[in-house]
Amino acid sequence: MKYKSQKVAYWFFALSMLLLSLQIVYGFIMGFAHMGMDGLHSVIPFNTARAVHTNLLVVWLLSGFMGAAYYIIPEEAQHELVNVKLAYIQLITLALVGVVAIVGYHFNYWEGRKFLEIPRPLDWLVVVNVLTFLGLIVTTLFKGKKRTTTSLVLTMGLVFAALLYLPGMIWFDNQTMDSFFRWWVVHLWVEGVWELIMGGILAYLLIKITGVDREVIEKWLYVIVGLTFISGILGTGHHYYYIGVGKVWLIVGGIFSALEPLAFLGMALFAISMYRKGEKKHPNKIALSWTLGTAIVSFVGAGLLGLAHTLPQVNMYTHGTLVTAMHGHLAFWGAYAMIVLAIISYTMPNMTGRKLFDTTTGLLAFWLSNIGMLGMTVAFGVAGVAQVYLERKVGLEFGDVQKEIQVHFFILVTCATLFTTGIICYIVEFVKYGRPTDEALEIENN
Amino acid sequence: MLSKSQARFFFMGGTIVTFAIFLGLSWNSLSNEVPKRTHEENLTPQVIRGKQIWESNNCMGCHTILGEGAYYAPELTKVYDRRGEAYIKAALMSKTPWSPRGRKMVAYAFSEEKADDVVAFLKWIGEVDLNGFPPKPDLKK
Repeated sequence: MKYKSQKVAYWFFALSMLLLSLQIVYGFIMGFAHMGMDGLHSVIPFNTARAVHTNLLVVWLLSGFMGAAYYIIPEEAQHELVNVKLAYIQLITLALVGVVAIVGYHFNYWEGRKFLEIPRPLDWLVVVNVLTFLGLIVTTLFKGKKRTTTSLVLTMGLVFAALLYLPGMIWFDNQTMDSFFRWWVVHLWVEGVWELIMGGILAYLLIKITGVDREVIEKWLYVIVGLTFISGILGTGHHYYYIGVGKVWLIVGGIFSALEPLAFLGMALFAISMYRKGEKKHPNKIALSWTLGTAIVSFVGAGLLGLAHTLPQVNMYTHGTLVTAMHGHLAFWGAYAMIVLAIISYTMPNMTGRKLFDTTTGLLAFWLSNIGMLGMTVAFGVAGVAQVYLERKVGLEFGDVQKEIQVHFFILVTCATLFTTGIICYIVEFVKYGRPTDEALEIENN
Repeated sequence: MLSKSQARFFFMGGTIVTFAIFLGLSWNSLSNEVPKRTHEENLTPQVIRGKQIWESNNCMGCHTILGEGAYYAPELTKVYDRRGEAYIKAALMSKTPWSPRGRKMVAYAFSEEKADDVVAFLKWIGEVDLNGFPPKPDLKK
């Protein structure tokens, strides 16, 4: 850590850890409900658990991205964050809006639009919050001595993410229009600008951990984010196959979304080759594992498993089944959860001055969570494929099919327990590091 | 070998070109295709009220519509054809959780008028041209 203000990141990461824990609790509620154990139905019905589960994911990832930006931007720009107090106010208001939204979901206060359930009045508070955040980041960047490619790509990702939130706030009477613009937010976030954020954080980590020349890393960063946008923007078409727009999207969406894995393949090859090229001297092996892990698992989860059902001929049958949940889980885990856990693992020793590298708990966290999540993905996949055949090919009733596939949710919950053990280990490590301290500045400078 | 400025050009150029194509295609879809395929003339105030009820109760949190939503409860795009008005109204107006095959739905206990609004919305959505979705079960004997 080179600048005092980088410590702000710690509190954003702490918020992430808290919300991640809650997210897992609601995941279990849904897993058990799918198994037929819906004892909580009258208090937390499935639609509440579902909205809380996905919204907590979005908020903890955003909080992680914000923390990453507060840590990376001052260091890259070589300038203290312009207003630390405002950053703390932004953190608290982010947490408050999140809490109000989540509590509201338990009292039927929401708008039922998948992933964008936050009611519109609260949307405006989100906008103000994100503008405050962007204001702080952009001013710091422009007051700083340097504007590196890494920091520009990261900032660009954050700014575009904010802009793309707006189409989701418009009211449409027509469900098709509603869905069309909802994907401008959801798809262009996760298969577009969030990859810029991920690429920016990944490039920063690789520069720090491998010691490879910045010019080389940043050149490939441009190529990767270029591939992301070229495939991902028109790849939005894979959400437009069957929602009431024309057949042109079957062709455009099919071709371009089939190219989407290229960006993730690029990301994986990039991380591995930079690691091989580098000095391998950096002591923080746990952060290295998460960094290489995110690049590889995102290729499998987001790239390959996405490709598995992105062609219109396949998607006709898998659209709206558990196959989507299979892809969704490994994609979000690999691409976004793991990059946030990577940046936390890298920054914690620097912020606190405690060098807890290579601990058993840290290694357990990495392997248990990854193996658990892979098992969950397989369980979802098996349940999903069985559902597709029984319901969409053979024509059995939805409810009868759900009974047939209940057993796979037992495996899901078992693997989720393994996953949760891994996350508990991660959080134990996080707590063991303690609070950030100014003394860490001197340790770094010596 | 590729230089950094060429890489930047690839990124900026690729983004601008594909985004321009995306905007063009979107414009075409929204102005020419959507009004016809969704029969926009049938979007009565009742259908719109139905959509509001659909959203304010987060029906998508369990069901899918147009294949979008959660996978806990049946896909409802063609439910009007499949089940008919009376069945849908019974599910919506039920004072105890509707659970035909064991899985429970929230007991909304809607008034007749609200249930009619939702039915109108579901009838409208069933008539949208969806390029053949949902598929006909082709292994069914």
